[in-house]
Amino acid sequence: MDRMPKWADVVLIPLISLILAAALSALVILGIGEDPVAAVKLMVQGAMGSTYGWGYTLYYATNFMFTGLAVAVAFHARLFNIGGEGQAMLGGLGVALVCLYIPWPHWTLALIGACAGAMLFGAAWAAIPAYLQAKRGSHIVITTIMFNFIAAAVLNYMLVNVMRPQGSMDPASARFPEAVQLPTLHELLLPLGINFSKAAPANVSLILAVLACIVVWALIWRTRLGYEIRAYGHSETGALYAGISPVRITMVAMLISGALAGLMATNNVMGEAERLVLNSTEGAGFIGIAVALMGRSHPFGVFLAAILFGFLYQGGAELALWTTIPRELIVVIQALVILFTGALDNMVRIPLERLFMSMNRKRRNRGEGAPLPERKPTQPSE
Amino acid sequence: MDFLTIIQILDSTIRLSTPLLLACLAGLFSERSGVFDIGLEGKMLIAAFFSAAIAAVTGSVWLGLLAGIASSMVLAGLHGLASITFRGNQLISGVAINFLAAGMTVLIAQDWFRQGGRTPSLIGAGRFAPIELPFAGALADVPVLGPIYSELLSGHSILVYFAFAAVPATWWILFRTRFGLRLRAVGENPAAVDTAGVSVVGLRYAAVGIAGILCGIAGAYLATALQAGFVKDMTAGRGFIALAALIFAKWRPWHAMGACLLFGFLQAIALRFQNIDLGGLIIPVQVMDALPYILTVVILAGFVGKAIPPRAGGEPYVKER
Repeated sequence: MDRMPKWADVVLIPLISLILAAALSALVILGIGEDPVAAVKLMVQGAMGSTYGWGYTLYYATNFMFTGLAVAVAFHARLFNIGGEGQAMLGGLGVALVCLYIPWPHWTLALIGACAGAMLFGAAWAAIPAYLQAKRGSHIVITTIMFNFIAAAVLNYMLVNVMRPQGSMDPASARFPEAVQLPTLHELLLPLGINFSKAAPANVSLILAVLACIVVWALIWRTRLGYEIRAYGHSETGALYAGISPVRITMVAMLISGALAGLMATNNVMGEAERLVLNSTEGAGFIGIAVALMGRSHPFGVFLAAILFGFLYQGGAELALWTTIPRELIVVIQALVILFTGALDNMVRIPLERLFMSMNRKRRNRGEGAPLPERKPTQPSE
Repeated sequence: MDFLTIIQILDSTIRLSTPLLLACLAGLFSERSGVFDIGLEGKMLIAAFFSAAIAAVTGSVWLGLLAGIASSMVLAGLHGLASITFRGNQLISGVAINFLAAGMTVLIAQDWFRQGGRTPSLIGAGRFAPIELPFAGALADVPVLGPIYSELLSGHSILVYFAFAAVPATWWILFRTRFGLRLRAVGENPAAVDTAGVSVVGLRYAAVGIAGILCGIAGAYLATALQAGFVKDMTAGRGFIALAALIFAKWRPWHAMGACLLFGFLQAIALRFQNIDLGGLIIPVQVMDALPYILTVVILAGFVGKAIPPRAGGEPYVKER
């Protein structure tokens, strides 16, 4: 028997966790002597009050969709990929190499090439931790953390010693050629008669991110591989018994995860900065953890959570601009979301389960709801 | 490279190893009891801030140290609540703690001091002063041994000596006391400890609490001894290097000291030289930065002796009915 209706698990628990996180965030804002209601108003105004605000919100959301999906796919195989940050950094390197050293005639072709480069580099960076987990039992959380730091060093080396244009002091690659610049939402929506803000960085890779959500959904719930990944995530021994190879699933799930994290670079490197800079990922790989947890590892949930975090990021930037609240408020909110939806999940779940069970019992005692059929004594109990 | 340079590098090795060592021992207690702790970084960071803030306000570094330990204990309690009481995912809890500390420190610092997320510089009694070991001045002129004694071993803050004294203490607690035996048992087979009538929850909270204290001291050392005040993100990944050292040491106290000294040495080298020229072969500074992590991955991969974590690590204990 289910302890709880499904909708409560999918909607109610994340919602309560989110409300708890929001309430604590409001207390934090009160604690530093600011007005939470005014702060929320300012954030909504700044992030959704204009197409400029929406452009930034969607730009951030694009990043978080990719990294959230990356974490979610790994979660389905019960792997905790904390290395989205490093994989996205390497994805950026892949994009930069593709954009700088291949003469592309048009941005559409360049985007396909950049996707390939980003996925290849991201997946490659996830491949070593995946192999070590699958073959040698090294804990994937620790190895992916280490690979984040190694990625930062690799990127630093590449930018300072190899890709920096001559005469430039800035540790960054050269600017990408005109031909590979991705159209922004302004250019995309203008033919439709919508005048979207010119200055906002949201670009065509938003569509790519939405496509990725759909593809991941189809992969996880509509293909044999997705079934195998979920089976492995639910029970390793069960999967093994069914003839599913743990080594193969670990490798494949992590490669997909790394490729998705790498794809983020089409947005932040190719779409926005148009060159590779140090710390181009700005922690988006870690926000993917919060996004995947809040979205319950479901692509649609990830999509919504990514937009919420996009809103928080843009709203937080506006707050920092107009009030004395620093941007780090968003880091605190992010921490609280991870805490409540991830680590303290049982704190919400256990009382809620009790509540639903006692409600079921009452309804049954009163004889309401679906009347229970007469049971034969031989029937095994549920 | 002359003798004095070597002494200076080793001297800064000791300074840089100290926070790693304290955090590493913190992780050792926690993980030996079966609670993974990737929140070492966050606990150090919040302790660094509160120790510097209280030391700046009161002018007393000792009150600062207490405040640092207390703030680190609060986060440790949160980790315990999530991972022991509510049996949540310990890794996710650790991630949350790291972000919480990274955000809260800047938020509070900005609200409190309005200096862009830093504390005022600590002066005088607001910092831990170096301690001169006896006869350090008199022996300084003795060849070879003199500089080793007066430059290398003498003249560190009291927390440095505490950190290195904590190594044998940790060894003794873990391997020579009843508490230590139980603590190690609870990390390997909590059901057996429970059967023996010892509280699994109590032991794990004790271990997480000790980790909180040690991280608190590590953070206070960073802000009030190594540097003079708190700056944003000042731990700079040290919590993760300590985690790497813990795995490198295969969860053993004496080896932890070795690993922390090695990683501290790498930091000291990277700090002093940029690119190292080994007879034509140039090692870029980034290699030195990444080396602790690369070494840890190699160890984890089991190519140089297998690192086997405590068996019940990362799993919440559910009492059977």
